[in-house]
Amino acid sequence: MTEHTQAPSLILRLLSGDLPRSRVLTIILITIVVGLIVAPFFIPGARSLNTAAKILIFIALVASYDLLLGYTGIVSFAHTMFFGIGAYGVAIASSRMEAGWTALAVGTSLAILLSGLLATVIGLFSLRVRAVFFAMITLAVATAFSTLMSQLSEWTGGEDGITFKMPQVFQPSFRLFEEPVFGIVVNGRILSYYAILVAVAMLFLLMLRIANSPFGRVLQAIRENPFRTEAIGYRTVLYRTIASVISAMFATLAGVLMAIWLRYNGPDTTLSLEVMVDILLITVIGGMGTLYGAIVGSVLFMVAQTYLQDIMVLASKASEHIPLLASLVHPDRWLLWLGLLFVLSVYYFPQGVVGSLRDRARGG
Amino acid sequence: MSKPVTAPSASDIPRRPLDWLPVALPLIVAVASLPLIGNPWTWLTLTIAGLAMGMIIFTVSSGLMLVFGLMDVLNFGHGAFIALGAYVGLSVLMPLTPWVEATSVLLNSAVFALALCAGVVVAGMVGLVFDRLLIQPVYGNHLKQILMTTGGLIIVEQLIRAAWGAETVSFNLPASLRGSWLLGEAAVERYRIVALGIGSAIFLGLLLVLTRTRIGLMIRAGVENREMLEAMGHRTRHLFVGVFVVGAMLAGLGGVMWGLYLQNFTASIGAQINVLIFIVIIVGGLGSTTGCLIGALLVGLTTNYVGFAAPKIALFSNILLMLLILLWRPQGLYRVVDR
Repeated sequence: MTEHTQAPSLILRLLSGDLPRSRVLTIILITIVVGLIVAPFFIPGARSLNTAAKILIFIALVASYDLLLGYTGIVSFAHTMFFGIGAYGVAIASSRMEAGWTALAVGTSLAILLSGLLATVIGLFSLRVRAVFFAMITLAVATAFSTLMSQLSEWTGGEDGITFKMPQVFQPSFRLFEEPVFGIVVNGRILSYYAILVAVAMLFLLMLRIANSPFGRVLQAIRENPFRTEAIGYRTVLYRTIASVISAMFATLAGVLMAIWLRYNGPDTTLSLEVMVDILLITVIGGMGTLYGAIVGSVLFMVAQTYLQDIMVLASKASEHIPLLASLVHPDRWLLWLGLLFVLSVYYFPQGVVGSLRDRARGG
Repeated sequence: MSKPVTAPSASDIPRRPLDWLPVALPLIVAVASLPLIGNPWTWLTLTIAGLAMGMIIFTVSSGLMLVFGLMDVLNFGHGAFIALGAYVGLSVLMPLTPWVEATSVLLNSAVFALALCAGVVVAGMVGLVFDRLLIQPVYGNHLKQILMTTGGLIIVEQLIRAAWGAETVSFNLPASLRGSWLLGEAAVERYRIVALGIGSAIFLGLLLVLTRTRIGLMIRAGVENREMLEAMGHRTRHLFVGVFVVGAMLAGLGGVMWGLYLQNFTASIGAQINVLIFIVIIVGGLGSTTGCLIGALLVGLTTNYVGFAAPKIALFSNILLMLLILLWRPQGLYRVVDR
């Protein structure tokens, strides 16, 4: 309560009244946001900029998944499909048409349309019967979709994916100023980083708005007790379907951002099982149903992934002579450890970082 | 004046009329596809292939169906047992290559049976561990169940990759199961007939156990109303573990058969067939053995027909099938569970 009155009303309104509600969490979030804003100037280098951009994109992607998993309480395995539709939309439009703003706009709008349509059909078919069917049907559709994408190699480049050009402003060769700023050349990469930063910030605030609207409350009610919610008079099928459509559209936009950043798209970057596991893990570790969890979780995960995989290479080399261990710590087995971590965190740490911090703040 | 009161005999209790339409569905699909295929001999080959594939899918999905129906537990890791079955079967057949290649039917059958048994045993044991570690802790919570078992599938798949390698492996059928018989102009692969036989035996066995034994009675009662069964003093928890392990064993058995059917596969064989199993479960209706069989046969038949007649849409044929059935009967072909 005290924090509510203390916070300036502008910030309160920007965050839709959903403050971090924990002093430690507030400090962590401010550090992350400031860090992401100054990242291109303070930690230069292609690799760290890449990590920072991926963190941003995953914040949008995971937050959109959290709307479904954390707020509505339904599991979808098609989130990568919608992510992929966004990325492929931009990729195909940019490689077929003249690369530029028009291609970007056409690709994005077609992708959003397709995602919305698919999500509506899947939702209406599966959620009508049982919410569990949704998980199974999304899995079936997503699997078929990813096979389709690798088969339509004429359009999608198959397993190799497609490389394409972005509008001039986002090309690495573009220079905004003649002179370097703070010793850094402001090129197209840095500009696209900031474009993504602004886009993600807007998407995130919008999702916060949705989650804290009356509509979002109904979703939470459905998560807690669908039967009662239906009894009060809310059509749960409708609400769940709308939630899945909204979530799909946000995932599509995250896919568009991914395409803008990488200027490449292939099945491994957006459609693979590994991306789905990443999303699940980040959602759980950050804290289901908190949205802020997406920020904390993405940072934790991306930093860990970037540096842990190096450690695995070292560990694998060191244990070369121990037959089974070497194959277990081999970098190819990254997914094994992710899976293990995932199971352990669902079991022992279901509230995630944000949930635990909030609990502590409430208790203390 | 009043008539003497007599105890109602069994024939007086109104019985639900047999719902025959779903049973006829595979037949209708088979007949309807004949003009699309054109050549009747090709059609025969495809039909037998479809039925064999359907029986294998039934074998692997029957356990999941019972577990889902009985305890409302949705195991996304069911594919892990199938993958394990396939790889364990491979490990049995590889060192026994002389037996596999021998021309004696006896040795061939022995090695085939050995592979099936090994698959059953290993899958059953892993099933027990799976239940203990991943399903019991989150019992009654759908969301966590899906997450935990998905994690379990990933872990098992990765362990398989670590143990057997990530490359595509290939199976050799025992010598006397190779090749095909000629039925008129239709070539019918021998192994498909064998798979059809094993699958039918399992279906009949399951049906017998479920309808003619006390344990089967309890399972069916649990599927229809678990609380009532518990109120009458039966421990459904023990029943559940039993059904879960048997389901895993059947998945292991089916895994060996599926591996031999595909001949070449990778560790993602489990995740791939998971999709088919889910479609079968949704099509068949929860907790219905017959529904599960019909669903599996429909999936097998459409996969083969569409794969031949219109390979372009083969990818979506099963999803299309599922959508059509759900439009017709939103609860699946047979509804046993009403939750």
